[in-house]
Amino acid sequence: MTARLPWGPMARMTGRRLLAAVPVLVVVTFGVFALAAASPFDPAKAYAGSAGLGAGQGVLDQLGENLGTDRPFAARWWDWLTAALTGDLGDSASLRQPVAQVIGERIGWSLLLCSLAFALAVAAGTALGVLAARRRGGLLDRVVTGLAYALEAAPPFWLGLLAIWFLALKLDALPAGGLTDTGSDTATAGQVASHVVLPALVLAVSQLPWFVLYVRQGVGDALDEDPVRGARARGLSERTVLLGHALRSGLLPVLTLIGSRVPELITGALLVETVFSWPGIASATVEAATKVDFPLLAALTVLATAAVLVGNLLSDLLYGLADPRVGFDG
Amino acid sequence: MADTLSRPLRIPRLSLSLSGAVVAAVVLVALFVPVLFPVDEQAVDLAAKLRPPSWDHPFGTDEVGRDLLLRCVHGLRISLLVGVVAALVATVVGTAVGALAGALGGWADRVVMRVVDLFSSVPHLLLGIFVVAMFRPGIWPVIASVALTHWLSTARIVRAEVLSLRSRPYIDAAVVGGASRWRVTVRHLLPGVLPQAGLAAVLMVPHAIWHESALSFLGLGLPAHQASLGNMVQAARGSLLAGDWWPTLFPGLFIIVPTLAVAGLAASWRDRLNPRRRSELTL
Repeated sequence: MTARLPWGPMARMTGRRLLAAVPVLVVVTFGVFALAAASPFDPAKAYAGSAGLGAGQGVLDQLGENLGTDRPFAARWWDWLTAALTGDLGDSASLRQPVAQVIGERIGWSLLLCSLAFALAVAAGTALGVLAARRRGGLLDRVVTGLAYALEAAPPFWLGLLAIWFLALKLDALPAGGLTDTGSDTATAGQVASHVVLPALVLAVSQLPWFVLYVRQGVGDALDEDPVRGARARGLSERTVLLGHALRSGLLPVLTLIGSRVPELITGALLVETVFSWPGIASATVEAATKVDFPLLAALTVLATAAVLVGNLLSDLLYGLADPRVGFDG
Repeated sequence: MADTLSRPLRIPRLSLSLSGAVVAAVVLVALFVPVLFPVDEQAVDLAAKLRPPSWDHPFGTDEVGRDLLLRCVHGLRISLLVGVVAALVATVVGTAVGALAGALGGWADRVVMRVVDLFSSVPHLLLGIFVVAMFRPGIWPVIASVALTHWLSTARIVRAEVLSLRSRPYIDAAVVGGASRWRVTVRHLLPGVLPQAGLAAVLMVPHAIWHESALSFLGLGLPAHQASLGNMVQAARGSLLAGDWWPTLFPGLFIIVPTLAVAGLAASWRDRLNPRRRSELTL
């Protein structure tokens, strides 16, 4: 690409969005604390765990005082917020570890899984979408579209379990879950590579239908438009018309929407990481929820919200780049 | 195909009647099976545990010998109940909020849409997980958590529709005729919005079932004795790892097939609402 990127407007838009994200994140943390305060959940009991069952109310009150949970939720929220700014996100009750440490240890594995799955979904989705768009209404189109709708309706955890049954148990081709082989503590690159294949494949398949259907729509619409008719009239080969003209203009709207797929990716990761016992941040979220580990759950909810906002920003930046008429004013 | 004025892709009639038949069957079965087959679906028969599909047990049996077809039907009934109630709540809330924002306009509209944006920036399953984790256990937290994340799209649709209806001549006529703002909203705007809201509600049911089963699968949904489809997949994990696929496969199919049928029906409904727009199934 020879054209210079409009760095100035892009930086200004990024700055504006970061400023706008601050109140959103603050309100989300407040909402999270308010919901927890309204719930019948007792943090002191959660911290005490099973030991809390036999403990008297006096002990629990003392524990609540030590943890500071007997104070009104707005005060607790403010303490949490000011501490979070210094990097202290509190302690996870279920993992008995600082929350920041939990996130630091696990986020890399989640990023690895999600980026692999996303790249795979984009590549396969584009290929299948183009194939389907080539002859809309044809047999191939109907098969691909039908499969896409079925896969979109299929819960990812169910797909994951069936994949385990078929690829790990029947064919014995891939390990069924975890990060390393049983009995080995250190994660070598080779082990991680073989263990990531199955979860990444399932996560990719769960994201695939959206890409297939959008690429099919974009490319199919582009095939009906004048530039393509012009290219055909000039006698260009069908291949050049399809990949050089229709795909180029049809893919743009899809690429610009990629950033807005972050919530769906997070949803998929929550389910897939749990099915495959992948030691990422999403399976920690589920763990935190089952054990009512509020500090961890709150931090991860805020983190996920931040990821969605970054995705939206990315989406708008790409859109502005792809279509200069849109610009970077949003 | 090269024709720019080409006819929009039509959903074939066969798939429409098939979708209709499946949806009708699902609703009828879920409503009447406990009457038609007064058999205890929880009846344990350890002698017949984990039988593969056969004539006696078309879907096979689970790890304690319960008939899976019967359990799937009961699971569908529970999932459908949760899905329909959640979708109804979400539609009522979404329609009210969207109509209010659209009809009032100005700062009220801006505030309401900001709130909608705020809710949208938390991944929905995660927000659902958070609510359920804090208010567990029971069926109501699950319904509340699904409804809480599903009213947003209805609010957006209804607001956009109200905004477009507001500029129609018949609304001007009503205003000129001296109708109050409340009367215009309730008698003239809302009826025009209902078809779109109804379509959104129908499409929401499979989505709500999807959410409910995801929560149940994660162990955060319905209590184990109210075996929804998600609970069944969760319970089947053990036998799947031992190599028995049928307790996992069939509950999942019971989620997919109704979803596809509803999507097929909704597509033709959308065609009728909007004859000029190209009809594409969307879930």
